[in-house]
Amino acid sequence: MRVRVLLFASYRDLAGTGELDIQLPRGATAGRLIRSLREGGDGLGKLPNEPVVAINQEYATLSTALVDGDEVAILPPVAGG
Amino acid sequence: MLARIVDQPIEPAAVLAAVGDEADGASVLFLGTVRDHNDGRPVDGLHYEAYREMAESVLAEIAEEAAERAGTRRIAVCHRTGELAIGDVSVAIAVSTPHRAEAFDAARYVIEEIKSRLPVWKRECYADGDAEWLPGDVPGRHAQSSVPGGPHSRRGSEHHG
Repeated sequence: MRVRVLLFASYRDLAGTGELDIQLPRGATAGRLIRSLREGGDGLGKLPNEPVVAINQEYATLSTALVDGDEVAILPPVAGG
Repeated sequence: MLARIVDQPIEPAAVLAAVGDEADGASVLFLGTVRDHNDGRPVDGLHYEAYREMAESVLAEIAEEAAERAGTRRIAVCHRTGELAIGDVSVAIAVSTPHRAEAFDAARYVIEEIKSRLPVWKRECYADGDAEWLPGDVPGRHAQSSVPGGPHSRRGSEHHG
């Protein structure tokens, strides 16, 4: 299955891009996605093990199973206001 | 109710004008503004970035929660993104209620929730040309925000009181 990954702020700087299309086995969790990104090396190797994620614009846990077409955002600790 | 992420300068008077009613005896306007220093280092400006679509829906949720708390829908909140200079308004929150306690409480609630869970980040730009993303809060790792007795103190994430 294919998921769209969005990266923001310092994580986007690590990746060199704000958007990636990633292929994963069906049923893969958000945690699995993070592991794949970290193992891909380069800047993304520096992502934390357990970053905050949002799936389809809702905060979600890393144990959440993804489905084809999901939008997964990887979010640094927030600093608004 | 108004809950917007904008990329243009915020007009505080317009945000205040979005609330108010003949039944209300109190209006509160909170402005967050960019200050000229952080941790003793002179700041030239701030760059704010948002996960825009999610930030709009989280901001609307925060406003709904504040409305439920205060018993009013006369709440307006606007958060700006992009390049901000010293003194610029980054966030404006207006609330009006029949009595002042609820208005103060609701405005405080909104800003605390923004800081705790709105998907927005800020990068400080220093006079020497350097720039740094500021550390922030992990949403959900803290207990549901209740209005505290004393000030929040988070290294780097408070740009205004």
